[in-house]
Amino acid sequence: MPTFEYAPAPESRAVVDIRNSYGLFVGGEFVDAEGGTAFKTVNPATEEVLAEVAEAGEADVDAAVRAARNAYTRVWSRMSGADRGKYLYRIARIIQERAREFAVLETLDNGKPIRESRDVDVPLVAAHFFYHAGWADKLEYASLGADPRPVGVVGQVIPWNFPLLMLAWKVAPALACGNTVVLKPAETTPLTALLFAEVCQQADLPPGVVNIVTGAGATGQAIVDHPGIDKLAFTGSTAVGKMIARSIAGTRKKATLELGGKAANIVFDDAAIDQAVEGIVDGIFFNQGHVCCAGSRILVQESIAEELDHRLKRRLGTLRVGDPLDKNTDVGAINSRTQLERIEEMVKVGEAEGAERWDSGCDLPVDGFWFRPTVFSNVSQSHRIAQEEIFGPVVSVLTFRTPGEAVAKANNTPYGLSAGIWTEKGSRILWMADQLRAGVVWANTFNKFDPTSPFGGYKESGYGREGGRHGLEAYVKTGAGE
Amino acid sequence: MSTDTDVDVTARARDILGVSRLTNSALTGWLHGLPGVDQVGCEARAASLSTRSIKTSSKAWAVDTAISMIDLTTLEGADTPGKVRGLAARALVPDPSDPTTPRPAAVCVYGDMVPFAKEVLGEHPVNVAAVATAFPSGRASRAVKLADTRDAVANGADEIDMVIDRGAFLTGDYRAVFDEVAETRAACGEARLKVIMETGELVTYDNVRRASWLSMLAGADFIKTSTGKISPAATLPVTLVMLEAVRDWRELTGDQVGVKPAGGIRTSKDAIKYLVTVNEVAGEDWLDNHWFRFGASSLLNDLILQRQKMATGAYSGGDYVADDAPSGY
Amino acid sequence: MSARVDVRKTYKLYIGGRFPRSESGRSYEVHAAPTGRGRHATPRFLANAAQGSRKDARDAVVAARKAQPGWAGATAYNRGQVLYRVAEVMEGRRAQLASDVRDGEGLTAARADAVVSAAIDRWVWYAGWSDKYAQVLGGLNPVAGPFFDISAPEPTGVVAVLAPQGSSLLGLVSVVAPVIVSGNTCVVLASEDRPLPAIDLAECLATSDVPGGVVNIVTGRTAEVAPWLASHRDVNAIDLTGAADAVDVDWGALEESAAENLKRVLRPGGTGAEAVEPDFEATPDLSRLSAFLETKTVWHPKGR
Repeated sequence: MPTFEYAPAPESRAVVDIRNSYGLFVGGEFVDAEGGTAFKTVNPATEEVLAEVAEAGEADVDAAVRAARNAYTRVWSRMSGADRGKYLYRIARIIQERAREFAVLETLDNGKPIRESRDVDVPLVAAHFFYHAGWADKLEYASLGADPRPVGVVGQVIPWNFPLLMLAWKVAPALACGNTVVLKPAETTPLTALLFAEVCQQADLPPGVVNIVTGAGATGQAIVDHPGIDKLAFTGSTAVGKMIARSIAGTRKKATLELGGKAANIVFDDAAIDQAVEGIVDGIFFNQGHVCCAGSRILVQESIAEELDHRLKRRLGTLRVGDPLDKNTDVGAINSRTQLERIEEMVKVGEAEGAERWDSGCDLPVDGFWFRPTVFSNVSQSHRIAQEEIFGPVVSVLTFRTPGEAVAKANNTPYGLSAGIWTEKGSRILWMADQLRAGVVWANTFNKFDPTSPFGGYKESGYGREGGRHGLEAYVKTGAGE
Repeated sequence: MSTDTDVDVTARARDILGVSRLTNSALTGWLHGLPGVDQVGCEARAASLSTRSIKTSSKAWAVDTAISMIDLTTLEGADTPGKVRGLAARALVPDPSDPTTPRPAAVCVYGDMVPFAKEVLGEHPVNVAAVATAFPSGRASRAVKLADTRDAVANGADEIDMVIDRGAFLTGDYRAVFDEVAETRAACGEARLKVIMETGELVTYDNVRRASWLSMLAGADFIKTSTGKISPAATLPVTLVMLEAVRDWRELTGDQVGVKPAGGIRTSKDAIKYLVTVNEVAGEDWLDNHWFRFGASSLLNDLILQRQKMATGAYSGGDYVADDAPSGY
Repeated sequence: MSARVDVRKTYKLYIGGRFPRSESGRSYEVHAAPTGRGRHATPRFLANAAQGSRKDARDAVVAARKAQPGWAGATAYNRGQVLYRVAEVMEGRRAQLASDVRDGEGLTAARADAVVSAAIDRWVWYAGWSDKYAQVLGGLNPVAGPFFDISAPEPTGVVAVLAPQGSSLLGLVSVVAPVIVSGNTCVVLASEDRPLPAIDLAECLATSDVPGGVVNIVTGRTAEVAPWLASHRDVNAIDLTGAADAVDVDWGALEESAAENLKRVLRPGGTGAEAVEPDFEATPDLSRLSAFLETKTVWHPKGR
C-alpha cells in the first residue's frame, strides 16, 4: 500500500448529455440516414455502449455534398472574409464556453485521460478556430497570390486519436478560406463531431457550410469518390492514404494527407537527462501512443544507454493507467479492440525478433481495452518493431554512436513525420534539424502543437501542411495545375 | 571542536569525485559535468504534477502530513521572547478546538531566541531549529558565522538552518562554499544541518542543481531553497530539481538527504502540490518529516481551515483559527 | 408626465487602468458638432472633459512603460483574445458609442451606427493579426554560411499617439489597435474637440482584461500636451496623425523634437508640409502595425 495513495478523483459525466441515437448533420439539421443502418460507439474504458450513430450511405454523402455545394455557391463564397471570420470567432467562443462538456465527451468516446482532453485537446481546438478566424479576411497577405479564391467543397476524413482536434485542424482553415465542408469522423469516435454540429447551430452558421456524415470505411470511400468534392483532406493510416492517392489520380481533385510515422527521439549524452525522460514519456505514452508523430523509437547515444534505460523505467513506475475520467490518470484506454489486437500482435513480433521486453507491471481494469506502457530494449534497425507503426504505448530503444549515425538511423524509414533531438548544444540541434527528413522537428521538447505552427510529413507520412500560414495553401486555388 | 568530521567529509568528497586533491577546479569539473536542466521542460513537469487532484481520504492524509512537516517560523527583527513563546505554544496546540490536530515538526527562530522556544517546548517532540551563519545574507567572516552557529547550538537548537555564501558560489569559488558547509556541519555537533541555497539569487536551475550537489557533498542533512527574505522564494520547479538531486545522490552514495522549500507556500493547495512532487520525483521515502519540511508561517492557518472544512463540511474562516501572529501588528 | 432626470457621465482621463481627473484640476467644455441647421445657434454643450496637463502625460508614460514588458511578454494568442474581447464589449456598448460619435461628429443616427460597426470590425481585424504578423513580416534568411538566421519583429516599446481630430472613434481605433496588438503600450492624445468616444473606448478597455497601462488616454489641448510627448526620452515612437486639423500644432516641430532620442515617427497623412487626416473607411494595410516594430535578427551556427 503506497504511503500517498491518490483517492479516486472522477470528473462528473453529468455535464454532458448523450442522446441514445444520432442522425447525420446535413444542411444545418440532424437528419436520418436514407439507408437506415446504424452502428454503435462504445466507451473503450468500459465497453459500455454510448450511443447509436447513423451510417451514411452513398445517397447520404451525395445529399451532404449537394448541401455543401449549395451553401458554397449561394452563401459562403459570396460572403466577405470578415464575416466568415466572425462565424469562426463565434464557434471558437462557444467551444470555450462548452469546454468541459467537450472534454468529458471526448474522454468517454475516445478513452484518453480527462486531464489531456481538458488541458490539451479542447484548448487547442478553440485556439485553432481563433487563429483561423483571423486569417479569413487577410488571405492576400498569406503569400497565396493577390486574390486567393476558395477551392470549393472539401471532403474531410479524420481519425480517432484526436477526434475534435483533427476536426478543428480540418474545418477551421477550410472555412476561413471560403470553402464548405463534408466531414466524416472516425467510426469509433463520432460524438464530439456531432456535438460540434450543435455548436455550428448555436453560432448560426449558415446551413450546409459544415456537414457531418458519420460512418466507416465505405462512407469515407464515398466521399473520396464523389465527383462533387474539389479537395480531400485525410488523416489516418499510410495504407489508406495511398488508396486515396490512387483514387484521385487522373482527376483534378486536390488532396492533403497526414499519415503514419515512426519518429526517432534522439538522446545525446549531454542531454538534460531528466527533461529528456519526460520528453520520451510525453512522446510515446501521451495519448496512449495513439499519435502519428509519436516518438516511438528512442535513439540513445550508446554511452548513456544504460542510464537512460534505468531512469526511464523508474519514471514509468509513476505513470497511472486507469479510468480515463479520473483526473489523475496519465494513460487511458486503447481506443478499440481492433487497435488493442494490433498492439498485442506487434509486441509478440518484437519478442519473437529478440528484443527485450519490459512493462510497468501496473494493475489494469478488467473491462475495456488496456495495454501497459512497454519498452523494448536492444532493438535493431531491422526489427519490425523499429520499422512499423504500432500506434500504442510501446517504445523501441536503439543506440547510436555519432550524430551522423543518429541521423542516418532516424531517416532510415519510409516515414518522415517528426523527430526529437535532446542535447544542450545549440549548433548540434540546428545541424541535426537540417539533416532530419521529417516535417516537424522538436528539440528539447516533444509533441508540441500550436495553430500557428505548420504540421505535416515528408515521404510516406503524407504531404501538405496543417496550421500556420502554410496550412492555408491547400484550401485556396493557386493557379498551378488548376 | 572535533575535526574528524571535516576530514571525513573532504576525504569522502575526494573519493566521490575520484581525485587526489579536492581543488576548486576538480569541484568545477564535477559540478559542471552534471546534466543540465531545461527550464521549459522542468517547469512543464512541475505544472503537470500540479494538476493532480487530491481528494477525500488522500486530501485528509496530505493535510495532516503537511502540518507535521511544517517548520513554524518567525524570523523578524521585531521578534521578542513573547512572540517566540507564543509561536512555540502554537506549535504544541495548533488548533485548540481539535486536539487530534498533528503538531508541526519544529519551530524556526533566530539563534538568540532559541532559549525562549525551548522554555515552552522543553521535552516535547517539537524541535527547535535556529537560523545561523549571518542569516539571511551570509555576508560575514567565516569566524563570525561559525560563532553564530555555535551559539545557537549551545542555546539548545536541535537543527541549524545555515545559508551558503552566494557571492562565492556565483564567482565559482566552490571550494569556499564546500568548506563553509563542512565546517558548519562540524560545529553543529548533534544538531542536523539544513543548507539554504537561496535559489532566488542563484536564478538558474543549473545553479540550483550544482548548489544542491555541492551542499550534499559537504555534508548537508537537508537542502533548503530559501531564506524567505527575498522573492522568489520556494517554487515548485526549484523544489523538483532539488528532489531529483537527493534522489540521484542516494543512488550514488546510499545517503539520504532531506529537502525543505521555504517561503511563499501559503495555501494547502500549494502544500499538496509539493507532496505530490515529493511522491512522484524522489519517492515515498521522503514523505516523512525527517526528510521533508515546509518553511512556513501562515500555511499552518490554511491547513487548519482545510481540516475544519473536512470535519464540518462547511467552509471555515479566520475567526476560527487561533493565530498567535495575526497580520498587521 | 415629466421627463426623467438622467444621470450624466463624467469624462475623466484613463491612466494605468484607472480614471483619474487631471492633476491640474482643469476641464474644458465639449460641444456637439454643428448639424447644418441653425449654424449660428449656440453650440450644444455635451460635457466637461478633463483638460490633461504635461504631468498627466508624464504619468501616462510611466504607466505605459510599466505595463509594456508584461504586455509584450504575453503570448500572441493571449493578446489576440484580449483584443477580441474589447470588440465584444464595444458591441455591447453600441448605443453609447453611437450617441457620442453622432453628437461629436454631427452625423445622422444611421451613419453613426455604421461608424460604430466599422470601428468594431476594425478592432476585430487587428485582433486577428496578433498571431500572424510575425509570420508575414518575419522569416528565415538564407545566409551564405552554416548558420541558422532568423528575423523576427518585436514591439518597439511605448508609443505616443496623436489620435485623429475628426474621426473620433473609427480613426481612434485605427491608430490605437495596430500599436498595441504587437505588444507596444501607448499614450493617446484624444481628439481635442471630440474626446468623448475615446473615454467610452477606455471604459471598454477597462472592462475587457486589457491590463492597466497598456492604453492610456489623455484628453485636452493637443498643442499643449503633444510637445511634451514628442520630446519625452522614455517614449520610443510617436504617431503624428492627429496633427492634422489640430489648432496651433506644427508637426514638423514635433518631429524635430522627437529626433532627440531618434523616436520612430509616423508622419501625418498628406503630402508636403500640410497635414491631412486620412480616410479611415477602407481596410488598412500593415503599415501602421509595422511602423512600431523593430526587427531582430539572430544567428546561430549549425554544426555537430
